[in-house]
Amino acid sequence: MATATVAHHETEVHDHHDHEHHDSFITKYIFSTDHKMIAKQFLITGIFWAIIGGLLSTLFRLQLGFPEMNLEFLRPLLGGWIDEAGKLDPTFYLALVTMHGTIMVFFVLTAGLSGTFSNFLIPLQIGARDMASGFMNMLSYWFFFLSSVIMFISLFIKTGPAGGGWVVYPPLSALEQAIPGSGLGMTLWLISMTFFIVSSLLGGINYITTVINLRTKGMSFSRLPLTIWAFFLTAVIGLLSFPVLFAAALLLVFDRSFGTSFYLADIYVAGEALPNTGGSPVLFQHLFWFLGHPEVYIVLLPALGITSEVIATNSRKPIFGYKAMVISLLGITVLSFIVWAHHMFVSGMNPFLGSIFMFLTLIIAVPSAVKVFNYLTTLWRGNLIFTPAMLFSIALVSFFISGGLTGIFLGNSAIDIQLHDTYFVVAHFHLVMGSASFFGMMAGIYHWFPKMFGRMMDAKLGYIHFWLTFVGVYLVFFPMHYIGIAGFPRRYYSWTNFEFSNTYTDLNMFVSVAAILTFAAQAIFLFNFFYSMYRGRKATPNPWNSNTLEWTTPIHPGHGNWPGEIPTVYRWPYDYSKPGAAQDFIPQTVPLSQTPESNLPHEQELVKVELEIMKDEAEVLVANESKH
Amino acid sequence: MYGFLIGVGVVLLLSLVWMVFRIQTLVSVVKGSDKKIATGSNKVNALLFVLFLVGSGILMFWYSIKEFDNYQLPLASEHGVITDQLFWITTAVTGIVFLITHVLLFLFPYMYQYKEGRKASFYPENHKLEIIWTAVPGVVMAGLVISGWMAWSDITAPAPEKAHVVEIMGYQFAWDVRYPGKDNVLGDYDYRLINASNSHGIDFSDKNSLDDFPSPKVVIPKGEPVLFKIRARDVLHSVYAPHMRLKMDAVPGMPTRFWFVPTKTTEEMRAELKDPNFEYEIACTEICGRGHFSMKKVIEVVEPAAYQKWLAEQKSFIQQNPALAEGINPESKELAGIQLGDSNK
Repeated sequence: MATATVAHHETEVHDHHDHEHHDSFITKYIFSTDHKMIAKQFLITGIFWAIIGGLLSTLFRLQLGFPEMNLEFLRPLLGGWIDEAGKLDPTFYLALVTMHGTIMVFFVLTAGLSGTFSNFLIPLQIGARDMASGFMNMLSYWFFFLSSVIMFISLFIKTGPAGGGWVVYPPLSALEQAIPGSGLGMTLWLISMTFFIVSSLLGGINYITTVINLRTKGMSFSRLPLTIWAFFLTAVIGLLSFPVLFAAALLLVFDRSFGTSFYLADIYVAGEALPNTGGSPVLFQHLFWFLGHPEVYIVLLPALGITSEVIATNSRKPIFGYKAMVISLLGITVLSFIVWAHHMFVSGMNPFLGSIFMFLTLIIAVPSAVKVFNYLTTLWRGNLIFTPAMLFSIALVSFFISGGLTGIFLGNSAIDIQLHDTYFVVAHFHLVMGSASFFGMMAGIYHWFPKMFGRMMDAKLGYIHFWLTFVGVYLVFFPMHYIGIAGFPRRYYSWTNFEFSNTYTDLNMFVSVAAILTFAAQAIFLFNFFYSMYRGRKATPNPWNSNTLEWTTPIHPGHGNWPGEIPTVYRWPYDYSKPGAAQDFIPQTVPLSQTPESNLPHEQELVKVELEIMKDEAEVLVANESKH
Repeated sequence: MYGFLIGVGVVLLLSLVWMVFRIQTLVSVVKGSDKKIATGSNKVNALLFVLFLVGSGILMFWYSIKEFDNYQLPLASEHGVITDQLFWITTAVTGIVFLITHVLLFLFPYMYQYKEGRKASFYPENHKLEIIWTAVPGVVMAGLVISGWMAWSDITAPAPEKAHVVEIMGYQFAWDVRYPGKDNVLGDYDYRLINASNSHGIDFSDKNSLDDFPSPKVVIPKGEPVLFKIRARDVLHSVYAPHMRLKMDAVPGMPTRFWFVPTKTTEEMRAELKDPNFEYEIACTEICGRGHFSMKKVIEVVEPAAYQKWLAEQKSFIQQNPALAEGINPESKELAGIQLGDSNK
């Protein structure tokens, strides 16, 4: 907590650093309140979950690609879920799909992405010593950890983990009689998600407060790097939408355990008529998607923020249309709350509501399009350096386009009638939110690894990892469009029961092989990541010649980030290749008054103001000194 | 033994990879390329983007054209013509955007790859450009939305009064079909009345239910409006008839509906596809448990005359199982008796 308060009082900073406190192993690596360590904790946990989530997907891809295959060799891992004939149990197949979705959406791309980079970059890029509340930040991680442990345990229980899809629609998720996963597995899912929501809220409040209150001198909102804008708005979305998921989950708990009928009505299951009447399963869908849709942007916006920063830095150009980028982010934030029912066009809700949500949904395509055009213009006439992070960022833009365009089909309720819950949807969201966010996360790791661990990741391995993953992702998800147009429903254990879908076995096999190889290629990353942590080339203070504040800290920043005073900010973060400047970058800490050769006319005006402020400050400083 | 050999193989392979990795690291240190801003890899990566663009572009066009007839599902409903048309219009519009943006996205890396001594152009904004590319997608989207909205309004409008009603009830893991009989009105139901002999929970004290009859498949006439009344008995299901471009969730406690006009009989479709075994199918598209992937029901589309004939041949629930009529009030029983008599003539 001390570090949070010192941010306000420059004088205390000196006290703080006079007596260097020594952290024990526990306070440094486990119950740390340092945002950088918490970010690493989130990252490592996120990587762990990504491996689990990916592994689950290879298991069900085996079933889908090779339905005839004898899976006996998986018995040591899956036990009774492989039947006597060596086949995967269909119930467990659903559990695999469910857990893959839950893990990837929440644990990897929400906690792993936001948790890592919001934590790591917000204080470093806005010039703060730590988060507003280091303690809450620590709680945020440990609630996430608790949530992870519970979800992990649920994978191993006898009746299997939750199996009603990651959207856990009741009545399926409420009735143990309907699917065994809705017993203890679902209970654990709900408990785990409750802790997850607590973690997200604690984190989100911190991110918002920190961005609003702890920006260093000169760091106005209009000078914030786009990463921070993205993290900030992501936190706002999370803060407003996660409580609704909590409400939805709470009512589901009541229905499951206390005999209420919020979502249950007129059910006859397992030879018995249940007493519940008057509830509405559609109510749950409204509540779920009120989080569920913003969640897509919770996952995506940080990736877009990271991309903006990485593309600008490695194009050696200012991001094109900074204001438009911020306005698009704001637009997406607001619109993300009023499009949720486009997931429910054929849920039985009033079709008039469908019309309204179609209009609202397709509006959101406009800010998304603006972002794409701005990325393209940023690349145009740049001086592009292809670091692994840059490659992942360019690929992200590609996924964002490919997946975004198919969103135009699905947001159109008339077209959605046919495509809803087919593989077209699977292809759509895996590209636009799954792969795009995953690539944003990868870009972030490659770009900020030197800041995190003081060493560089191996670039060549990064290139190999990138190309295998990039090509692999397209080979996995692009074919799914064809399968989707052909009408293949999702969450099917096998498609041979129907004439219309008893085809494309070759394409499904191809997708499965591509998926397994792409998953295997991630081993290159894992090796590079852990090897470079200890044996990588030592990093220089500013390896990418970047403008933002985090590169003004020491190579191994301590708790408090800057050893002396927090730097003051004099310009926006995108002064790359400014005409007249000697170098192709001018860090945010360089005053305008020092760069008369490159100042634009309106900046020349600001120089006077800047000089006056600096003079005043110097006087205050002198006055303070004389008091001592 | 095999396991051991595979293990040895993997270890050897990994150590080989490891050595290559170490050697290239050391070579790059010796060459001093780790201190350069952009190494030779920069060119390779730039080139790979172009290769990827060309390669994946060719692959996409080749496969899309070659497989067109396979992923294009046969179509057999009136509204499906419109939604398919919307689909292909949207494909054309988005396809153009997809191509242009991707060509730029993958060519720029090649055109503007790092060159020492060159400076990127400082180009932070251009309001005119930004307004254009906000407005153009806005207008295009508006066009797509309005055409989609018009189609959606027509499809979801109330069914014509003369529509043939068919009730489809989903349960784990099958569909049950009920026809309203001569009166074209389905009898009441109550989930508490469900038992082994009354799987629909039909309330036989309601006169409308007396002529209701079950059917092992959905039989509907070509060219006439058909109204599916959809419900679920246990969990969510979704009626999906891919050839009819029809999908609607089945929700316990909340009946839903979807009406449409089939345009081709099963026989016509068999002839067209030269597939004598073709059937229109209903599948489930809302996850519902273990047997989600096996909820199949066949739709048979016939000529209107054949449909009328088929209707006349069907036996009501009560005719099939007179025990169902037990316990209902005498007046209704009488009615049921009359109907029994009617059809016996």
